[in-house]
Amino acid sequence: MSTVARKKSLIWDYLTTVDHKKIAILYLIAGGFFFLVGGLEALFIRIQLAKPNNDFLVGGLYNQVLTMHGTTMIFLAAMPLVFAMMNAVVPIQIGARDVAFPFLNALGFWLFFFGGVFLNCSWFLGGAPDAGWTSYASLSLESPGHGIDFYVLGLQISGFGTLIGGINFLVTIINMRAPGMTYMRMPMFTWATFVTSALILFAFPPLTVGLIFMMMDRLFGGNFYHPAAGGNTIIWEHLFWIFGHPEVYILVLPAFGIFSEIFATFSRKRLFGYSSMVFATVLIGFLGFMVWAHHMFTVGMGPIANAIFAVATMAIAVPTGIKIFNWLFTMWGGNIRFTTPMMYAVAFIPSFVMGGVTGVMNAAAAADYQYHDSYFVVAHFHYVIVGGVVFALLAGAHYWWPKMFGKMLNETLGKITFWLFFIGFHLTFFIQHFLGLMGMPRRVFTYLPGQGFETGNMISTVGAFFMAAATIVLLINVIVTSVKGQKAEADAWGDGRTLEWAVASPPPEYNFAQTPLVRGLDAYWIEKMEGKKGLTPAEPLGDIHMPNSSILPFVISLGLFIAAFGFMYRTEASWGLAVGIIGLLITLGSMFLRSVIDDHGFHIHKEEVLEAEKGVKA
Amino acid sequence: MANQTNTGNPHVDLAYRRKKNAEEMKHQVISFVLMIALTLIAFFAVGYNEFSHWFSVPFILLLAIVQVAFQLYYFMHMSHKGHELPSLFIYGGVLVAFVTVWAFMTVVWW
Ligand code: HEM
Ligand SMILES: [Cu+2]
Repeated sequence: MSTVARKKSLIWDYLTTVDHKKIAILYLIAGGFFFLVGGLEALFIRIQLAKPNNDFLVGGLYNQVLTMHGTTMIFLAAMPLVFAMMNAVVPIQIGARDVAFPFLNALGFWLFFFGGVFLNCSWFLGGAPDAGWTSYASLSLESPGHGIDFYVLGLQISGFGTLIGGINFLVTIINMRAPGMTYMRMPMFTWATFVTSALILFAFPPLTVGLIFMMMDRLFGGNFYHPAAGGNTIIWEHLFWIFGHPEVYILVLPAFGIFSEIFATFSRKRLFGYSSMVFATVLIGFLGFMVWAHHMFTVGMGPIANAIFAVATMAIAVPTGIKIFNWLFTMWGGNIRFTTPMMYAVAFIPSFVMGGVTGVMNAAAAADYQYHDSYFVVAHFHYVIVGGVVFALLAGAHYWWPKMFGKMLNETLGKITFWLFFIGFHLTFFIQHFLGLMGMPRRVFTYLPGQGFETGNMISTVGAFFMAAATIVLLINVIVTSVKGQKAEADAWGDGRTLEWAVASPPPEYNFAQTPLVRGLDAYWIEKMEGKKGLTPAEPLGDIHMPNSSILPFVISLGLFIAAFGFMYRTEASWGLAVGIIGLLITLGSMFLRSVIDDHGFHIHKEEVLEAEKGVKA
Repeated sequence: MANQTNTGNPHVDLAYRRKKNAEEMKHQVISFVLMIALTLIAFFAVGYNEFSHWFSVPFILLLAIVQVAFQLYYFMHMSHKGHELPSLFIYGGVLVAFVTVWAFMTVVWW
């Protein structure tokens, strides 16, 4: 089939694509959109808290905006943006033509997307969830209306998508590495993706179980969490945090991976202590499962349990410290270039260390009785989550933008974004440590004058507007770049070390005309140092087998979306049950179609590959 | 997966594979018989009135663990080369599940 014959309309192309590079763009757009939504909610929260006794957003509505801010940011912005980076880069970094299961990759995206849309439909259908992003059962079972049902069903659907994505990356990294790409030659970002995917595999099932119990309790008359009926609300808290703590590492390990790539590239040096970095990543992943109850010190688990979880938590600081020092030593003696991604990377170190230090403070169980549910905690987790994850996502977006879209983002605008965001971030959150220590509680919609909270909150709100301005500059940058950006080379920054910089920007559909032979860590750098232009091929040029695109992932996810509405209104609308069943039938029917239709994919012929490669080289 | 490695010499290969497969078969039959025996013992433990529940429940759980091991190692070939990662992940999962249940038993319910 020729390239011309396969031309489809852009929208249909993206609805049916199974190409990891296009799925990356879908994740980037959808995650970016939800990041804007979550950011707007954050801005509303900060406006409400700017002065005492404000009435911009009060009571129940404040609770909804607060809950949706947290839920959106974690599940619908940070997670998919991480998946955007992983999809854009990891298959190319290991020398593969695609992920192991391209169809599942698309399914993962569409499940996340419909889950997110479902969750946000709550705004228009009687009110959003309002029990916090943690949705503790003692609160959420009492919440009237359908808000919590939207939370439960929406997260269930998007959680399936994440689980599928995680499994896909595990299989890809285990099975699809190019010849010579041993585990200890994998780029750090690939390692981070690997460990993160393993965490997803083990952390999401507890969430699924917790959500199923809550769905039973709320929609089908169950009583897993109803104390009056013999249930126990604490079970939710444990299940949630057995998922929830690994979740923060699911977010931050890829961030570490992104920064490792950036530090090495722009210091023009091999990553310092590569093997200790791998070790630290695996160790963090492992310890991440042993500490969840540090979120529950005040629940009353008893001194022994508290002590065990406190010590386990503090232990994680050790591998994290190893990483921090390795990054510093990577820069030490390097030939440093302060590009936009590098500025985020350098700013990340002190910001994240501050979040880590307050983390160890929180881990001291006795002291946590004081910090718990105060703004101190809000400051802590925003330092790690914004100073770590969001900085990394912004850095990664600038770093890999030329690879994904073939155009360099404007560096001047990029640096303006950086400074606005960096200043705004510290303005917003630094002062919150002190607000918390002075006694300002978390998740409360207002405070009284004369308690000493006025100045701090005003500063914090001003900072939030700086971050909003940074986001606007970033959007302008994206638009300007798309319209008249400078075209990017394959090795867009000139100092690329890993395989993704050896293929064109954007890469051809098949990534590598010939699967490369990997001869060491930083495979592309090795070739460049030997004066070669391209990679050493590991196979002769031949026809390339590609998977067919398919609309089924979209339809499967749409079916669940419809079913969720049906079951939610099952008891109050006559159409409820029928719609629920129809939705499930759509999903199961398209799964059935997927099983019975033989799909052998297609071949890109050798001549076409030659043709395409000539165009790139010229 | 592992028994597809070949030396390039089809004759050596065939003889070797024959022997290897016969050995495998023997193991499979033995473990099959053992599993049936274990199942019968489990039924017996429930049916026999002299055993209290405090004995038979943990006892059956123990038999179940043995059966799972047989299943994985003899029928699903986990003992073969090339299954290190699957075993790592299985044991990882078992560990996480164990810690979870253990925590529930100690800090939630008792
Ligand atoms: C970048 C600008 C951001 C601002 C100005 C901001 C502001 C806030 C504020 C004011 C709260 C309410 C604190 C409370 O009363 O308890 C909050 C809560 C929260 N934020 Fe952010 N935030 C931002 C970004 C993020 C990001 C990027 C994430 C995650 C990826 C995030 C995750 C959360 C979570 C999980 C909560 C807790 C929600 C809850 O209590 O249920 N935030 N944020
Ligand atoms: Cu935690």
